[in-house]
Order: sequence, then C-alpha cells, then structure tokens
Amino acid sequence: MTTTIKLDSSAEDHHIARMAAVALGLAVLENAIPSPLPGVKPGLANIVTLIVLARYGWRVAAWVSLLRVVAGSLLFGNFLAPGFFLSLSGAVLSLIVLAAAQHLPSRWFGPVSHSIYAAFAHIAGQMAMVYLWLIPHAGIAYLIPIFAAAALVFGAVNGVIAARFMNTAVEGFSAKPS
Amino acid sequence: MRPVNWHEPLRADVLPHLKPGDWLTLLLGGICVVVLALTLWNGELADRAVIRSGGKIFREVPLSRDQQIEVPGPLGTSVVTIEKRKARISSDPSPRQYCVRQGWLQQAGEIAICLPNEVSVELAGSRKKYDSLNY
Repeated sequence: MTTTIKLDSSAEDHHIARMAAVALGLAVLENAIPSPLPGVKPGLANIVTLIVLARYGWRVAAWVSLLRVVAGSLLFGNFLAPGFFLSLSGAVLSLIVLAAAQHLPSRWFGPVSHSIYAAFAHIAGQMAMVYLWLIPHAGIAYLIPIFAAAALVFGAVNGVIAARFMNTAVEGFSAKPS
Repeated sequence: MRPVNWHEPLRADVLPHLKPGDWLTLLLGGICVVVLALTLWNGELADRAVIRSGGKIFREVPLSRDQQIEVPGPLGTSVVTIEKRKARISSDPSPRQYCVRQGWLQQAGEIAICLPNEVSVELAGSRKKYDSLNY
C-alpha cells in the first residue's frame, strides 16, 4: 500500500523552486571551472539572485539564494561541512547587504552596484567565518586583497550579465506567477 | 586576418547597463581593493627570527648575521639557516618536508612550522603587526 504525502505548495513556491534550480545549474557549471585559489570563483548563481531581487523582491531572492546553498551542498556532498558554512555565511551577509542596497535610487544604481556590494559582503562573511572558526591566524589577512579584487571583478561581471539579461529578456520569462 | 574590434561589443553589451552610480560603486570598490592591498601587504621587513622548539622559544636571533642554528626536536635536529636577512629551515627530519620546501622567509609574520619535530621559525618585525583582526 502506498501513501501519498501531499504538501500544499503555491504557484510562488514552484516559481522559487524553478529559480533555485537555475541557480543550482549555474553553481554546478561553475564548479567545473578550475580556480587558482580556493574561494576565488565567479559566483554565477548570484546572477539569478540579482534578477530575482530586481523582479520579485528581497524575500523571494532570499529564498532562492538560501535554497541554492542548501540544495547545492547536498549535491556537492558538503552539507554541514566547512564549505557549506562558508557558502551560508557568504550568502546570508550578501542578502543583508542586498536588503539595504535595493533601496538605492534605481535611477542611479543598477544590478551592477547590487552585485558588487553583495560580492564584497559575500567575501567578508566568508573571511569572518574562516577567521573565527577555521583558521584563527592573522596570516589569512594576506589573502584579503586577492579576494577583494576577485569580488570586484566577478561582482561587476555578474552584475553586467544580470543587467543585460533583464534588459533584453523576452516577455514570457518576466511574466509574474499568478 | 580581420582585426578584432573589441571596443564595439564593449560599447554595445556592457556600457548601456552601467548607470552613473554603478561607476561610483566600481570606483569605490577599486579604492577599497587598493587600500586593502596597501595596508595588508605593506611588507614590513623582518629584523629577527624567533625559533621555537616544543612550543617554547628556543632562541631569538637577529637576521643581520648569517648563521646556521641547529634546533633539537623529538625526531632529531632541524637546521635553521639565516642568510642575507632571510631565514629558512634547511634541513628537518620530518617525513613530508613541508617546512623545508616552504623556502625562504623574508617578511615579518611569515612562519615555517615543522609539525612532527615541533620546530618553528617565525619572522618578527620591530613591532607586532596585528594584535587582533576584526571584520
């Protein structure tokens, strides 16, 4: 005998899951790119977070981002391992900064700014986690300028990609879930 | 061969998506990176080497005089070489030889640790670089 467990899910839940799945795909994709230094990676999945933030607001973006972190860790097999907490601390601090950054006047500031601020917050969260928990040695300070430079470059690139996507996206994609 | 004009895609694909505030953000980010690099990589030269064995300070020697120091540890003797204001561990009985392969240490705060033999060399400047670090 089989029992069917039915969870009530709204259209918005499905939408969030779809967006998180896209972010997850990008995370898997970028995991295949070799990195010169552990921790320096493009963060392509954040493009999805940026687009969702601009289209559907901070709450949905937070869901998508955190779902991606948790599901991604299950996929990569590091759930509750140090790598998971590094991702989580980066994502949480990014979201906090994005909550503030989204109120910047949109006439002057676009996704590129959001992306750069979030990237810096991401690396700050990760470095804080590394220092407080994993490697409490001042020596890691030598790596901060490298991480900051990577955050600036990748943050800007992701921001441009997100902005470009939003400016040229077909209408069908931007249809809001009813 | 047709010359690749990379200005064109840049103008068409990137520039329209940057708003004035985004340029400001880029500028601020750039300044932030430069300031971080200048403050954290200010490369203070070391002037003495602190040699530890078993967690206790074995000797503190100035880098100004070239010398070799033999440091006893539980596995045997590690040899610390000081030459031209640099220091390195030139021989160690540890199986993996990490501290030997680390090579020359030059800046204050750099450290080579031979774990199994409990010997370490840390370079120190005239002042301690960090008391604590906050983010």
